[in-house]
Amino acid sequence: MSAVAATQQNRVARAAFRPVNVLLLAAAIFLLVGSLTSQIFAQQTVAGLAQGAVYGSLALALVLIYRATEVINFAQGELAMATTYIAYQLIQWGLSYWLAFFLTLVIAFALGVLIQVVAIRPVQHKSVIAVVIVTVGLFVLIDGLVTWKWGADIKFMPAPFGQQVYHWGGVAISRQDIGTLLLTVLTVVLLWVLFQFTKLGLGMRAAALRPAEAVLVGVRVDRMLAIGWGLAAVLGAVAGLMTEANQFILQPSLMQAVLLYAFAAAVLGGLESPAGAVVGGLMLGVFLNLVGQYVHFVTAQVRLPFAFAVLLAVLLVKPSGLFGRKVVRKV
Amino acid sequence: MTALLELEDVEARYGPVKALHGVTLSVDEGQIVAVLGANGAGKTTTLRAISNTVRRSGHLRLAGRSLGRLRPEAVARLGVAHVPEGRGTFAELTVWENLRLGAYTRRGSLKADADGVLAYFPWLDDRRHQQAGTLSGGEQQMLALARAFVQRPRLLLLDEPSLGLAPVLVTEIFRIIRELNEKEGLTVLVVEQNAHLALQVAHRAYVLEVGTVALSGASEELQAHESVRRSYLGY
Repeated sequence: MSAVAATQQNRVARAAFRPVNVLLLAAAIFLLVGSLTSQIFAQQTVAGLAQGAVYGSLALALVLIYRATEVINFAQGELAMATTYIAYQLIQWGLSYWLAFFLTLVIAFALGVLIQVVAIRPVQHKSVIAVVIVTVGLFVLIDGLVTWKWGADIKFMPAPFGQQVYHWGGVAISRQDIGTLLLTVLTVVLLWVLFQFTKLGLGMRAAALRPAEAVLVGVRVDRMLAIGWGLAAVLGAVAGLMTEANQFILQPSLMQAVLLYAFAAAVLGGLESPAGAVVGGLMLGVFLNLVGQYVHFVTAQVRLPFAFAVLLAVLLVKPSGLFGRKVVRKV
Repeated sequence: MTALLELEDVEARYGPVKALHGVTLSVDEGQIVAVLGANGAGKTTTLRAISNTVRRSGHLRLAGRSLGRLRPEAVARLGVAHVPEGRGTFAELTVWENLRLGAYTRRGSLKADADGVLAYFPWLDDRRHQQAGTLSGGEQQMLALARAFVQRPRLLLLDEPSLGLAPVLVTEIFRIIRELNEKEGLTVLVVEQNAHLALQVAHRAYVLEVGTVALSGASEELQAHESVRRSYLGY
């Protein structure tokens, strides 16, 4: 009994000193010390966290789909953009921002489920390439539909959190950044609770991890996968709406760069790891902001290539991503 | 007594390859029935035909109800717990989550069943939060059995529970199967390479050869049967 307790303590100790956790701790200390010594550093860190939270939630959407369907959903960003347009339309019809926001999340869920049932399920067991092609097709289709319905010109939506800027001892932090950060973190926590503590969440994990075994305990795998796509679409909608709120403008290309950052964040964290996606997003957001501030050749134009250069460097050292494990698949 | 499970002239195929050429068998309520046979005789496929995880045709009935077009998850919800070969534990989930999955189709949580399960598998209590994939092969087999028991099945389908396990563990697993059968009235259809062991535990047995039933009968009869002894018991 005590031997069991001892090995468990050992395991906990070893988990705490895993290289990735040491790295995260070091990064946190670095950011904290930096923020305490420089106001600009603190400002850029908070703004980076807000931006990173958006990358993280879209990255989490990609990971959810990847775990369940084993493909990158290239249409994830476009779907997020389309749902943002739906919110825009609802607001045009006279709804308040937050009513439109939550209604949009419901619609996004329904759209995600619909896409899985109509477009993905028929080809899912054919081949991975077939599913990839379908998601690329969806990308083009959604983009076309949105441009056809709303046009390619710039639209404006009300600012969800207002325009205020808080000042703490010379550090200026916008309400928008704080709101984005809290809202996305809340979404992620709610999802985590769903997956970790509910029967539905357990069924979804079982269906994604081992569909062949899950049916044997009575899990309706098809239904679980459809719900997974729905939840991914909800995450995407939150990311889309927050991206719009940060950029102040809405146009069909809203999420194209964000999708690439989210992809980088997901790979950085390890494509199979939901926690990795969120942490990867936050790290990427902060890192890019700080580098943009302090390294002068990294201008807005080279932000994206620079992000991928960093990603490449990380993958050379740790090919499975920060939180990834070597995947051993038994057939 | 009517049979709990009846298979009549069941055929099954993997793509163009036919694996079952008309299997007919039945399992009575409260019995342990073994399916014996050489590699490729169709033992695993027979179980898959029942849980509808292979393309099959023919008549299959559970308690008089046809399983014909039911999807695998619907068969499971009717009370068929299938523990596949290679254990079918969810390696990425914890021990307790694996057990919770056993109670997945029922209302309420696992708590009500926990005591019953722990009476048969007391060591699971200490390992609740351990990842199932870090258990030893024998422990995983027991976990799969425990999860199937949580399903409160009318019929338990066990595929090669002894595969790759040390003899001590194999004996232990069959002891538990016997105990579950005697105390809980669990009906079991077990596929097994180890004919010697299977015939000791089972009430009746079927011997499959190239996708059909070659022999069937009470375990004692088969143990005494000349060709069974030579082919499967080795004396």
